[in-house]
Amino acid sequence: MSVLNLSFRMRKKKVNRSLGGNLMMFLFLAVTGAFMALPLVYAINAAFKPLDEIFLFPPTLFVRNPTLDNFVDLAALLGNSWVPFSRYIFNTVFITAMGVVGHVLFASAAAYPLAKMKFPGKNLLFTIVVLALMFAPQVTAIPNYMIMSWIGFIDTYWAVIIPAFAFPLGLYLMKQFMEQIPDALIEAAKIDGASEYRIFWQVVMPNVKPAWLTLMILLFQILWGTEGNGFIYSEELKTLHFATNQIIQGGIARAGVGAAVALILMSVPITLFIFSQSRIIETMATSGMKD
Amino acid sequence: MSEVIVRRQEGKTDGPKPGSPRDTWWSLKKKAFVVNKHAYVLMAPYMILFGMFTVLPVVMSLFISFTYFNMLEMPTFIGWQNYARLFLEDDIFLIAVKNTLLFAAITGPLSYVACFVFAWIINDMRPKVRAFMTLVFYAPSISGNIFFIWQMIFSGDRYGIANGFLIRWGIMLEPIQWLKTEIYILAIIILVQLWLSLGTGFLAFIAGLQTVDKTLYEAGAVDGIRNRWQELWYITLPSMRPQLMFGAVIQLTTSFAVADVSIQLAGFPSVNYAAETIVTHLMDFGTIRFEMGFASAIATVLFALMVGTNLIVQRLLRRVGQ
Repeated sequence: MSVLNLSFRMRKKKVNRSLGGNLMMFLFLAVTGAFMALPLVYAINAAFKPLDEIFLFPPTLFVRNPTLDNFVDLAALLGNSWVPFSRYIFNTVFITAMGVVGHVLFASAAAYPLAKMKFPGKNLLFTIVVLALMFAPQVTAIPNYMIMSWIGFIDTYWAVIIPAFAFPLGLYLMKQFMEQIPDALIEAAKIDGASEYRIFWQVVMPNVKPAWLTLMILLFQILWGTEGNGFIYSEELKTLHFATNQIIQGGIARAGVGAAVALILMSVPITLFIFSQSRIIETMATSGMKD
Repeated sequence: MSEVIVRRQEGKTDGPKPGSPRDTWWSLKKKAFVVNKHAYVLMAPYMILFGMFTVLPVVMSLFISFTYFNMLEMPTFIGWQNYARLFLEDDIFLIAVKNTLLFAAITGPLSYVACFVFAWIINDMRPKVRAFMTLVFYAPSISGNIFFIWQMIFSGDRYGIANGFLIRWGIMLEPIQWLKTEIYILAIIILVQLWLSLGTGFLAFIAGLQTVDKTLYEAGAVDGIRNRWQELWYITLPSMRPQLMFGAVIQLTTSFAVADVSIQLAGFPSVNYAAETIVTHLMDFGTIRFEMGFASAIATVLFALMVGTNLIVQRLLRRVGQ
């Protein structure tokens, strides 16, 4: 019965779809999809091109004789660097891991009262967080540097990690997602005698796993691509992205290696996204701003 | 209000007991604080950091913008001088404002509409295809700062992809220095900015479309909705207004903050300041010339521009489908 009902609904939906419209949309999607994908496809192919193919005229999109030369060159370049390359990788991984974990914890802890409790100042605090979504972090770059130097964070990992804990978009998304947890669940835990902290940790947190994942991915993107925001000067503390940027600065002589770097840099976040996509969409469903 | 009245009446009938503290403004605040202790404790770690690295800097920036400050000497108050200099004497700032507004006016609305249109088309597809198309459109913005690929595409020699194909197809005879020619720089940055723009807003729209109540479409068909455009305007858009507002904030804020793409592709400073934006101008004065007062004035103008536009757009979006 329900299957029948469903198929009926599908057919009904098709009634207001015209063939011409569908064809136009397909074409539109194909052209724009190509525009979005081709640069990435080109970079992936260029990473496997031997030198003579990179400088072939006319240029080609796809590789003919794939080789790992560029990756070997990259390894050789990195082997000669002043600071061992593993150190750059460690720096980025450390900053990303600390920042992501801290952000999820801090933002969730702050989101729970904003979503589920009533207290004076709640609306004001949330309004400020929403306002913070409305300007880019570059606006505060100069005072931020001064604050970092007052508290002695300049030239440490913390200058990048600690501000990431209080990234506004994460709190916003987490709060919106927590609002859909049924109040009855929290009330029941209260009746059982659980403290607010225990409710937060044992009732609310397990129920917002999709939102954790979303916050992780969003912050991962930012921290994975960080160059230190101008706070890190010691070579041994610099990030992977900083190191690879120096390689790319080599211009045409490093075109192949540059493509190899691009491939490595983009493969990590894209892989993560593939595995977490459905959870992220689930979180985004609650992202809307109410009047 | 009623609470206050009740309390006053209680005060009248009982009268304050000798020795008991009276309900002053402070003691009431304190009571409210104690009752909601847990909420404040849970929020404290985040809010302290948020205050320190987001709220305080905005306030500081506002104050510093009225001073002369070079990081070495104490700031000295100079009133509106920074702003006067910014708008009346600094020709390059005016170029930067023009470029930023141009970028924002083109990439803001265009990327917003693109986010929605793609999400809308993708939404009709089977789940597997939908997931794949989402990845295709979202991949550029999630890939980190790899827009340097475009440097290879628009490289000025004939090995650059754009030059190579255009010469091969006989459209032109000599390679063009794309990133060193003023008229092309702006167009290329807009193109790359659009390429990067299907981000968080796009995901929010995809999610929003999936939450629209399906029975509304059936009801709409009964009520005489003829085609998908009517369906879009009368059912889909009003149902996902909250996501539309969220997406607008994300797209607008990014469209005003163009800087990294400009620096990476066009250089810093760019040829004849063709790609100068408010943010790159801010970086010039803040990190190279150390005129912090002046740079803060630039930051304050940018802040006002971003928040102001966002608030106006929010107001407009509330009318969608009404």
